[in-house]
Amino acid sequence: MHLAPGEPTDLQTTMNPRVSAQAKENLRKLYGLDRPLYVQYTQWVKRVVAMDFGTSFVDGQTVAQKIMERMPITIVINLLSLILIFALALPIGVYSATHQYSTFDKAATIFVFLGFATPTFWLALMMMILFGVVLGWLPISGYQSLDISAMSVSQRVWDWTNHLMLPVFISAFGGLAGFSRYARAEMLEVIRQDYIRTARAKGLSEYVVVYKHALRNALIPVITILGLSIPGLIGGSVIFETIFAIDGMGRLFYQSVLSRDYPTIMGVTVLGTLLTLVGNLLADVSYAFANPTVRLGRNR
Amino acid sequence: MATTQRTPFEQFWRRFRKNRTAIAGGLIVLSVFVIALLAPMLSPYDPAHIDVEKILVGPTQAHPLGTDELGRDILSRMIWGSRISLLVGFVAVGISILIGILIGAVAGYYGGWIDDILMQFVDIMLSIPTFFLILAVIALVEPSIWNIMIVIGVTSWMGVARLVRGQFLALNEMDYVTAARALGAKDSRMIFFHILPNAMSPVYVSAVLGVAGAILVESSLSFLGLGVQPPVPSWGSIITGGKDTMEIAWWISLFPGLAILTTVLGYNLLGEGLQDALNPRLKV
Repeated sequence: MHLAPGEPTDLQTTMNPRVSAQAKENLRKLYGLDRPLYVQYTQWVKRVVAMDFGTSFVDGQTVAQKIMERMPITIVINLLSLILIFALALPIGVYSATHQYSTFDKAATIFVFLGFATPTFWLALMMMILFGVVLGWLPISGYQSLDISAMSVSQRVWDWTNHLMLPVFISAFGGLAGFSRYARAEMLEVIRQDYIRTARAKGLSEYVVVYKHALRNALIPVITILGLSIPGLIGGSVIFETIFAIDGMGRLFYQSVLSRDYPTIMGVTVLGTLLTLVGNLLADVSYAFANPTVRLGRNR
Repeated sequence: MATTQRTPFEQFWRRFRKNRTAIAGGLIVLSVFVIALLAPMLSPYDPAHIDVEKILVGPTQAHPLGTDELGRDILSRMIWGSRISLLVGFVAVGISILIGILIGAVAGYYGGWIDDILMQFVDIMLSIPTFFLILAVIALVEPSIWNIMIVIGVTSWMGVARLVRGQFLALNEMDYVTAARALGAKDSRMIFFHILPNAMSPVYVSAVLGVAGAILVESSLSFLGLGVQPPVPSWGSIITGGKDTMEIAWWISLFPGLAILTTVLGYNLLGEGLQDALNPRLKV
């Protein structure tokens, strides 16, 4: 991230070979490119701290405005898919671990390997063909219908659900596989510990042993991995937003890469990184919920 | 009874051979290699041959996997596309492993502030959303097959660097390393001749898994039109061709996707098998 801001300046001048030398020079002065790199960089950092990413090369809108318009839908989809991953992968992992080598466990293992190997953009396309074209059940582009403003509240919710079902599923798919695998491995590790045997020996029910004693301890590394998977998840927005024509940050990023709109590229990258860091912070905070012995600060 | 000493390779092979899924993965990997090597012989048509009379023909005897919007044979294009996937996969992983080993070895061997700075850098790289990082670099260069390999390589070395660093930290404490140092070996000799060879086994595993990852990334990039450029057939770009005609010609995007899935699955199974055979203790 700290290296990148210098680079667009090199390319800006080579972008359009037909511009006269004088015009090039004026442009360089306008963007401050005639000044030493470290000056440019400090100025860029100063502006970024104030959330000023400059103006888009394409339409003259400010980058901050462009991003702010598109960020909510990206955050909503990523949050929904995080929730979906957590809600599905955890039970799958726990059940696989407590019933190791059962039919369910084997089926889950096969699913995991297929999940790792499936290109998400292809799966998205196949789902669109199946549910959108062949069966005609779901809309295949955008996140709301064109006539959304004429709908009642319940109709709107239904409309959004229909539009977001596939994107959320696709965005969760890869994480689902990896995450349930990881939850399984952690549970297997924990369930062999002495204190689990003790808990069983003192006659606690299987439910209490698994969900109160084992799961809580397996949860911490699982949350860590969830935090680490956030960059991949947000990065995946580029793919599913492009395919499903959802106007979020990912699609904005893709379009700005195509048009070489460097201020926008930098802005989206910075904000994407910021989202990642916020996600990691949330993961850290949720340690405390999973395990009350983790308490930060004065009340230690 | 004479005891025969098995070499480490024999030990590894005995464990590996028992693992049926790993063997299956190896066979998939091998057959994709053979297909890529024999592409000119295997492909029934010229992958670039445009046949205007056979546009968007579904799977038939003449064209087992159908034709695309320009009447080109999908099967032939897929067979040639396997070369692209393997080439990009291997070169990209080669680059990322080289960078990863260098950075990880230097950080782990010297420790101290060098380690701190390098690992901070790794953390920064890892906190940028993966695909954003790749696309941001792509935006700076012309999309071509060589640039794609380099971009995937320079954005995916962080895991290897961490692995190698961890190995170096552990091996640095070993007696034989202290002995070599006491004998006055130079730093470069210590790193490359004494420590690195013993740090390599997890790197092999992550290299095999890395090929799978690189093939996936290449196909995603080519799908988005930012990777291998037409008319060169790549599995990802064939799928793009099918996107616009998906309502009438499902076969264009279905089959290349299955090819990606199978190949990536092969490398993943092989990688898992290697891991189990190299580190039997870790087996759950």
